[in-house]
Amino acid sequence: MKITADIIDPVAINGIGTSPLRKEDWPLVRGEGTFVADFKRPGMVHAFVVRSPLAHARFTSIDRTAVLASQGVLDVITAAELPDRGHKIPTRQFADEGSNRFLQRPLADGVVRYSGEPVAVVIADSRYRAEDAAELLDIDYERLEVVLEPDDAVAESAPLLQPDAGTNIAGRLLVEIGALDEAFAQADLVIKETFRIQRHAAVPLETRGLLAEYDTETESLTVWGAAKIPHVNRAILARMLGWSDESRVRMVELHVGGGFGARGEFYPEDFLIPFAAIRTGRPVAWVEDREENLRATNHSREQVHRVEMALKKDGTFLALKDSFINNTGAYVRTHGMTVPGLSVSMLPGPYKWPAYRGEFRSVVTNKTPGGTYRSPGRFEINFVRERLIDIAAHRLGIDTVDIRRRNLIDRASFPHDVGTLYDGHPVIYDSGDYELLLDKALAAFDYEGLKRWRREPATAGMRRGLGIGFFVEKAGPAEREYARVELNDRGDVVVYTGSASVGQGVETILAQVCVSHLGLPYDRVRVVHGDTAVIPEGMGAFGSRATMLGGAAVMRASEQLRKRLLDAAAEELEAAPADLMLTAAGVSVIGAPTRSVSLTNLLSASAGVITEEHRFVCDLLGFPYGIHFAAVEVDPASGAIHIHRYAVAYDIGRCVNPVLVGGQISGGFAQGIGGALLEEFSFDASGQPLSASFMDYLMPTSEEVPDVELLITEDAPSPLNPLGVKGAGEGGTAAVGAAIANAVSDALGTEVTRLPLSPQRVVELVGA
Amino acid sequence: MSRRIAVEINGRAVEGEVEPRLLLADFIRDNAGLTGTHLGCEHGVCGACTVQLDGHPVRSCLMFAVQAHGHRIATVEGMAPGDSSLHPLQQAFHECHALQCGFCTPGILMTMEAFLREEPDPTSERIRSALAGNLCRCTGYQNIITAVRLAADRLQNKGEAAVEAS
Repeated sequence: MKITADIIDPVAINGIGTSPLRKEDWPLVRGEGTFVADFKRPGMVHAFVVRSPLAHARFTSIDRTAVLASQGVLDVITAAELPDRGHKIPTRQFADEGSNRFLQRPLADGVVRYSGEPVAVVIADSRYRAEDAAELLDIDYERLEVVLEPDDAVAESAPLLQPDAGTNIAGRLLVEIGALDEAFAQADLVIKETFRIQRHAAVPLETRGLLAEYDTETESLTVWGAAKIPHVNRAILARMLGWSDESRVRMVELHVGGGFGARGEFYPEDFLIPFAAIRTGRPVAWVEDREENLRATNHSREQVHRVEMALKKDGTFLALKDSFINNTGAYVRTHGMTVPGLSVSMLPGPYKWPAYRGEFRSVVTNKTPGGTYRSPGRFEINFVRERLIDIAAHRLGIDTVDIRRRNLIDRASFPHDVGTLYDGHPVIYDSGDYELLLDKALAAFDYEGLKRWRREPATAGMRRGLGIGFFVEKAGPAEREYARVELNDRGDVVVYTGSASVGQGVETILAQVCVSHLGLPYDRVRVVHGDTAVIPEGMGAFGSRATMLGGAAVMRASEQLRKRLLDAAAEELEAAPADLMLTAAGVSVIGAPTRSVSLTNLLSASAGVITEEHRFVCDLLGFPYGIHFAAVEVDPASGAIHIHRYAVAYDIGRCVNPVLVGGQISGGFAQGIGGALLEEFSFDASGQPLSASFMDYLMPTSEEVPDVELLITEDAPSPLNPLGVKGAGEGGTAAVGAAIANAVSDALGTEVTRLPLSPQRVVELVGA
Repeated sequence: MSRRIAVEINGRAVEGEVEPRLLLADFIRDNAGLTGTHLGCEHGVCGACTVQLDGHPVRSCLMFAVQAHGHRIATVEGMAPGDSSLHPLQQAFHECHALQCGFCTPGILMTMEAFLREEPDPTSERIRSALAGNLCRCTGYQNIITAVRLAADRLQNKGEAAVEAS
């Protein structure tokens, strides 16, 4: 696809490539935002979800009597109250028949499989009273043996979470490319290593929440607090309610306090709260507390990789072989198979591998179910691959930059077919110049200077190290997006998009794309998203897709609208459309402003408003790519890691708003720091979560997150969409574990093989 | 067993009949209807619920409403001087892209407003340290530190106290 040049000067109207102030900010800084917990309806009542206190147990009865008799209680819902005792929540991507045996129902029915699993819902006139009453629910739990670790889950004697399935393996996949055995036979060096990535998660600062209201007159349901994929979740909810007409459900997104992969997927509560609203006839509100959030919202990232890499002694890569286990937790959720699917398809990264064999088993265990977290599956495999490469470089005595450069995919070989699949789509790197980015980054970040710093003596026993992580990201799954652009005769523009907001600035970005192709100023544009009543379809915001697909749809609709207006004006003014200019007042002939026609006149035939819509379709993914650089000082006595400098180079094809892209990268980097150094969901031997508060689950604060240096390049625009954009949401996170672990390995002269690099683990490494 | 309390919130007298166990955060949000104060953890770590009690930042999730009886409370809604203007800190956050989802922002603004009264001319390192009690999951903090520094400059040049809406 040809990338279309902008027709309008972007600076004058805050178009693509500029950084206007965000449209979203004003209410948010004034405390006037409407997050779901801020939204109220007349007659509203409150839900509290009763959760299993045990990681694995059987129960035969739930006694609701005392709860129902409690002050303020309207209803108690258990599996017995659900139609067919509750339908299974389907997967949304990477459908796998085997994994369907492990889907979650909204409420546990006879067996609980993780601490935090919903068992009942209490509805009361206040949240305080609902929680009080929930204490009285009597359930005759009888403990079952737990299985927690991925290796234990596949052991022959392992307790089974679903005995009928006969296994804890929920899904598996094998990818084979090239002649693996021959490649290993030719190797001068084979590296064999096991890598572990710890369980951690998105943890947006706003917990999940919903408010649902049923209108008996119209038999329709409204759900506020939808996020990420409102239209997709509407379809799932309607199906689970047994409603054939999904338009009876209206999903409304309010302000969303961060998503990062976890929020907005269809969880048990996404059925239970609407169901409670229908059952009680009252608007029902539910807001998760943090303790619930850390036990119930998707976890991610827990993988064990056993890898082998074959090389020639000059550092040329011959083959890569990986067999990993992904711990998906107690049930396969909407994205249960997505994470390992992404890991296996993207492990090859930016390098040429004559042969690759990747295989995973995704297992169920008695931990919180898993799903995606920013750069899902890739944070993990970038750590594995980039660590492996450094180990090889150390063994061969080759510089860690040189060994990468030698094996990068050549600029002449794009599009590059990796040979793997992403949810049925071939992984074809759309465009790239990896060596160019490497050269630019080494110069921009003064890598030679960093090497000198590395050699200088550090103060008092500290040890210095440098690490890099080279990665390929992906952007833009879900093959289509919808946009409608509306202009009225006062010159106001409304953009309706099927993309969603998770706080990333989608209103600002789409307004910029619109004005670049419509030609009216930024402040005339309003962006509407996340309401299924006014937007007929949409795929939402995930996987760095909103700018790529949502942006392309807005661009096309804006172009169409401009063309229609100018064609109509051309006829009126007897001039060529190319000689015309559009302003908020109307259309005039360039250089002859008196020859003009007002918007009022132009739109009089269409009641003062014209509208154009576009559905942008794109079957393939875009693949941005980047490099992380970490320079660290490690204190071998305390295990503390001080980050001296951190830098990210990222080619995103085209940058719509440099300031917002910078914000995505520095925010993503902070999350990567959490994953590399701090965050870990631990469990005791009985499966009790030990990290169910922010005192135990360590989120990075301003003291742990250093400033990050950025180099954003636009050397490889995507040929897959007319904007050339690739999405920029995840590259800040993708290689933090890789780069930090490489730097710490360099500092200590020991090979790091697991994350996070907590002080305790660093001290253990020093002693090893 | 509810108790009658009277507080002043953003200069307005607010009274209420409350249970002793009602959190101050819930009183502010539900009784006074000021939902700009957000609850992020309800155990005093994240700082999203920070308000000012007699000018000092406190976590409204760690106080009961009855404890605030007779005290003066300030919340984010009281920061801007008017409907079409922003406090210099709010304006600096807007200009420096110091917020993304905006959920943590009110608590950070209340913490930083008090901090700048104590320390009108802080270094970036001092700001970083003063910010460490507030979690932000979106920004990586860098732009927040820049914004606070910008606001400090503007607040010291008093001429620019409130910035009109653009």
